[in-house]
Amino acid sequence: MNNSKTAWFKTFYNQIRSLLTLSRGGKERFTEKLFLSISLLPVLLIVLLVVALWLRTQPILETQSIWSLLLGQTWHPIKSQFGFLPFIAGTMWVTIVAMVFAVPVCLLSAIYLSEYARASMRMIMKPLLDLLAAIPSVVYGVWGMLAIVPWVQNTFAPFMNKCFSYIPFFAVNNPTGFGIMAGGLVLAVMVAPFIIAITYEVLQAVPTGLRQASLAVGATQWETIKYIVMRQSLPGVIAGVVLGASRALGETMAVLMVVGNVAHMPTSIFDAAYPLPALIANNYGEMLTIPLYDAALMGAALILLLVVLVFNILSTLILRRIVRRSRR
Amino acid sequence: MDSHVQTIDLNAFYGNTAALKNVNLEFPKRQITVIMGPSGCGKTTLLKTINRFLELTDGTRISGKVLIDGENIYAPNVDVTEIRKKAGLLAQRPYPLPMSIYDNVAYGLRIHNMKRGHDLDNAVEHHLREAGLWDEVKDRLRSPATGLSIGQQQRLCLARGLAVEPEMLLGDEPTSALDPISAQRIEQRLLDLKNEYTIVLVTHILRQAKRLADYVVFMYLGEVVECGPAQQVFENPQQERTRAYLEGQF
Ligand SMILES: Nc1ncnc2c1ncn2[C@@H]1O[C@H](COP(=O)(O)OP(=O)(O)O)[C@@H](O)[C@H]1O
Ligand SMILES: [Mg+2]
Repeated sequence: MNNSKTAWFKTFYNQIRSLLTLSRGGKERFTEKLFLSISLLPVLLIVLLVVALWLRTQPILETQSIWSLLLGQTWHPIKSQFGFLPFIAGTMWVTIVAMVFAVPVCLLSAIYLSEYARASMRMIMKPLLDLLAAIPSVVYGVWGMLAIVPWVQNTFAPFMNKCFSYIPFFAVNNPTGFGIMAGGLVLAVMVAPFIIAITYEVLQAVPTGLRQASLAVGATQWETIKYIVMRQSLPGVIAGVVLGASRALGETMAVLMVVGNVAHMPTSIFDAAYPLPALIANNYGEMLTIPLYDAALMGAALILLLVVLVFNILSTLILRRIVRRSRR
Repeated sequence: MDSHVQTIDLNAFYGNTAALKNVNLEFPKRQITVIMGPSGCGKTTLLKTINRFLELTDGTRISGKVLIDGENIYAPNVDVTEIRKKAGLLAQRPYPLPMSIYDNVAYGLRIHNMKRGHDLDNAVEHHLREAGLWDEVKDRLRSPATGLSIGQQQRLCLARGLAVEPEMLLGDEPTSALDPISAQRIEQRLLDLKNEYTIVLVTHILRQAKRLADYVVFMYLGEVVECGPAQQVFENPQQERTRAYLEGQF
């Protein structure tokens, strides 16, 4: 046994020993440390995940710069061309369409639930929203394929084509109905319960006294909501929307089933798209014989993870501040 | 006595529990009426019936009448915002609106389209002076109201209430969250303002009541036990319970 090994063994032995003979205070401290390390585990996992993805992305970063990867528009793995831009754009288009549909509806629902609804109404609606949030995303995907895609194809797209085709984003070049519009609609429905729940909590955190301060000078309830409640809760509402968007960004299954999965730059909300999560889910494990394909997909996963992380951390910080303020 | 607000057989309920029982009171014009009584006796509830705040709570109900200048404010076609505009509110703790000092005072004026432009500036200044806050805030009217001390915030709330030109002020223990000096300032404002406004003040501080009251209402378990001119009630209470309360027995 060499020296360092014995030294290590001695400290280890001493620690075990001192643990067994610990005083109550010492045990208390030990338990505290134990729980601390257990609760730090998820943080550690995330860090490990980022590091692992980063390392597995390295092979492709050795052949091209990060910018040519992020901004490249051609996806041709056989020719070693890995441009992520179509996928990033696809993700953004689908998410933005989803948010455009979801946010106004969710805001109004949350305002109704928080400000107007009676307690009995809330008692019915809250569990219903939780239920909606718990539906597996593949079910939403099936619903999207059976209901939304045909509706977009037969009703919505023809209508928009007839009335608004001169607006570039609304041109219909895709006859199938599988595309950004269908993906956005399905996503909007999926993230809605989530956004409503957060916005509701944020609105509830506005002190009653503040509403009454406004009502006391003769403001109507709507004026109070518009000028006081909304203003006070704006940061929280934004945080809730960002959290909802980060869900939409990362959502895979339902979107994959309705979005068309074509790797090109979208130019209209009716085009097919290929969001990052769909790219990873469709191809990982299948195409890995192609050189660098694996590294490219890891890069895609890394981008997704980082964006979602940043969104989540920012909005969680804001929301936590709101909760703390409302408890004061 | 020229009564400004009058309650007639007023009952108020939270669900099925009565919080006010057959309250018949008159609040004289441009005087300070202090409502006293142990906690939970219905003082806040009584105030809330005067500015129609009680209906903001689910499951509340009222019977009887509240008259302001002889008009029943619970009559079917009454505009509730007009009632609330007439009765400024000073709550138990100040709630500055999430906007600048200036905008806090201008809030009601803008809502009711009462003033704009230069007139608005003048009105804001006038009411901040009325509330005794002008000198402290005149150089930072555009900064957020939440930056003020809690005592200043309460005076800002006073200015905000005064801005919509109410006829009366309702104070629900308005100094209970404040330090003694800030509390004294609010008291002084109320004394100055009673020449122009009918003031109804809830307080649990006996000394404050003695300093401010022209009239006193003593309540117990939702009922009015005794009411009358301050001197009479304080020096020669007619009811045993009033006497006990004044002697600090509960
Ligand atoms: N929101 C409410 N729900 C049910 N009961 C209430 C509510 N607010 C007040 N009460 C009851 O009404 C009675 C009077 O309350 P309140 O007017 O607040 O008393 P005070 O202001 O004199 O302390 C109390 O018994 C209290 O428990
Ligand atoms: Mg009270």
